[in-house]
Amino acid sequence: MRIIRYREALREAMVEEMERDADVFLMGEEVGHYQGAYKVSEGLLERFGERRVIDTPIAEAGFAGVGVGAAMVGLRPIIEFMTWNFSFVAFDQIVSNAAKIHSMSGGAIRCPIVFRGPNGAAKQVAAQHSHTVEALYTHFPGLYVVAPSTPRDAKGLLKASIRDENPVIFLEGETLYGVKGEVADEGVDEVVPIGKGRVAREGDGCTVITWGRPYYTVMEAAERLAADGIELDVIDPRTLRPLDEELMLASVRKTNRCVVVHEHWPYGGPGAQIVDVIQREAFDYLDAPVLRVAGLDVPMPYASNLEDLVLPTVDRVVEAVRRVSYLGA
Amino acid sequence: MAKIIGLPKLSPTMEEGVLVRWTKKEGDAVEVDELLAEVETDKATMEFRSFDRGVLLKILVSEGDTLAPDAPVAIMGDAGEDISDLLAQLAAPSVSPTSAQPASPDRQTAVALPSPEPIAAPAASSGPAEAPTGRILSSPLVRRLAREQGVELTALRGTGPRGRIIKRDLEQRPAATPSVARAGRMPARVERASATRRTIARRLTESTQSIPHYYLTIDVDAAPLVDARRQINAELADEGEKISLNDLIVKACAVALRRVPEVNVSWVDGDIHAHQVVDISVAVAIPDGLVTPVVRDADKLGVLELSQQVRELAGRARDKRLSLEEMTNGTFSISSLGMFGIESFTAVINPPEGAILAVGTLREEPVVQGGAVVPGKRMRMTLSCDHRVIDGAVGARFCAALKRLLESPTNMLI
Repeated sequence: MRIIRYREALREAMVEEMERDADVFLMGEEVGHYQGAYKVSEGLLERFGERRVIDTPIAEAGFAGVGVGAAMVGLRPIIEFMTWNFSFVAFDQIVSNAAKIHSMSGGAIRCPIVFRGPNGAAKQVAAQHSHTVEALYTHFPGLYVVAPSTPRDAKGLLKASIRDENPVIFLEGETLYGVKGEVADEGVDEVVPIGKGRVAREGDGCTVITWGRPYYTVMEAAERLAADGIELDVIDPRTLRPLDEELMLASVRKTNRCVVVHEHWPYGGPGAQIVDVIQREAFDYLDAPVLRVAGLDVPMPYASNLEDLVLPTVDRVVEAVRRVSYLGA
Repeated sequence: MAKIIGLPKLSPTMEEGVLVRWTKKEGDAVEVDELLAEVETDKATMEFRSFDRGVLLKILVSEGDTLAPDAPVAIMGDAGEDISDLLAQLAAPSVSPTSAQPASPDRQTAVALPSPEPIAAPAASSGPAEAPTGRILSSPLVRRLAREQGVELTALRGTGPRGRIIKRDLEQRPAATPSVARAGRMPARVERASATRRTIARRLTESTQSIPHYYLTIDVDAAPLVDARRQINAELADEGEKISLNDLIVKACAVALRRVPEVNVSWVDGDIHAHQVVDISVAVAIPDGLVTPVVRDADKLGVLELSQQVRELAGRARDKRLSLEEMTNGTFSISSLGMFGIESFTAVINPPEGAILAVGTLREEPVVQGGAVVPGKRMRMTLSCDHRVIDGAVGARFCAALKRLLESPTNMLI
């Protein structure tokens, strides 16, 4: 094992897959000569040349569509959105074409494409550039949605996503790119399967299900709660569609209580979907209503202090866990 | 504004309650959902929690008083408020207290409902918290565990929001709650009885208080029965199975009930239910009491099958894994204390059944046979009957039939 950053893990996954398969190519804004807006694709142009690392105009609908077409005729494009906020311009290409073509062609046409880029709030990028998009893209049958929290999962899941025959929405995070963590040694081809979650921390006090940036908020809350004798069972689903339901249910059957922590807004989305699964499949094991700690239901404020209030905090996680455990504050 | 607080209905069937203890005194400040008093209902001692915030201005009833639901018990309001009008109103007839109303507009809903989303604060306060409608609130987990463990929810105290019974309450259930010693050098150790124990207490009290019992004792020559058992067990030896004397007695009762069906009856609210089936309840001692698993259609079972069922039910009874259905709706009971060397005893009828047979130990003693004293085997059995449905002569006919079957077991084949 080595300790590397999340952005390096992503880069390694792309390099290894591009080495392995000549059909894989990267396309997006500033991915080449500028070395990537967040330096994820640093060095790729030099290594693979302009035919496989393609800088595009600022035209998401255009290059997303080109990617879908390329995938339909047999290539394996990686389409980078500078942030997922800009994918809204390309929404139709993703949900009407990439997500539907396999079904609408009666299985004749595949669309093995990866759309990737940073998801969620960064810091003070305000309402239009702080979207967490998993609630949107998990809605569409035909799309896989993955959201790795750690460098190891980022690398393993990106490799799995590039190799998959289906369109994959790959959600990274601007505030995750610098996170360091253990990743398999060079030369070890570690692939994390799509649809499999991970127990990030074991405990019998309360199940907490979380992913993305809030994963780190939860791990901090877990330390604080452990000091009070409450051991969290933290589940990172890693893939948000399809969900690893069995892993989550097994945990809830053990702890009898659950909190779901996510950055996306509370209305719908994978957060609500997870609660639905749990109350339906583990009803007789619940000792308390399932609670969620979500991004507050407002457009993201620009002011730094307000932004901190909107995003899930350690305090809010601790409070929710204590509530479902029937413990006073 | 001051108002009269009435006694809430704390269980669905509560017709009256005894105010056991006030936990607040006059002049105390009271928060919403804070414990005001403990009230003993038909089910259990329940917590009477305040629906209002304010000061307990006046206590209207004493500890130990028996009260109807809605009976005025206290006056609450702001500190120092004048309550002479309310007292006058109480002195006059027909008072309508306000506390038991589910959602009076001035009620404060400070009960901490978990709000699913922190942003959704308005939603949490828009719906009124539930008033004590008598519905028992409990978590789904608790309902499942209570079902599995045969625990009555009414016997539990909920400590969750709005009195919801949660896992903790179930787990802490048997914990002893030592009460203050009153007098004497060696005070009794006081523990809260388990739900099973309280159910037994209630049912047995009901039985002895409402059923006119009478008793018929027979002394049976048990030698043929012992022989029959030995023969059957020799036959079963290869299969590794064996039966007990008790199994043969259950079988004999089942056959006797078919021959004297007038004993296979129940008195239910003035009607006589003549049962079409022979379902025999077998009393099984368990660590904190006694349960009666039922062998269904005992008359139709072969003695081996019957023996296997009794053993399986008794095993699960000791593990407390019987469902309620498996312990109710028998038509006749058998209780045996032979293993303790009890010669004979009388048993309390298990309502709504009409009779119960109490079986004593197998005695080896000299008996007179054909003018000579020879070694013999005897058993004594006492039938308790509900005189409302089984007259003495009928009970005696059953005893005679049973005795004949036990003394010539082959007749069970007829």
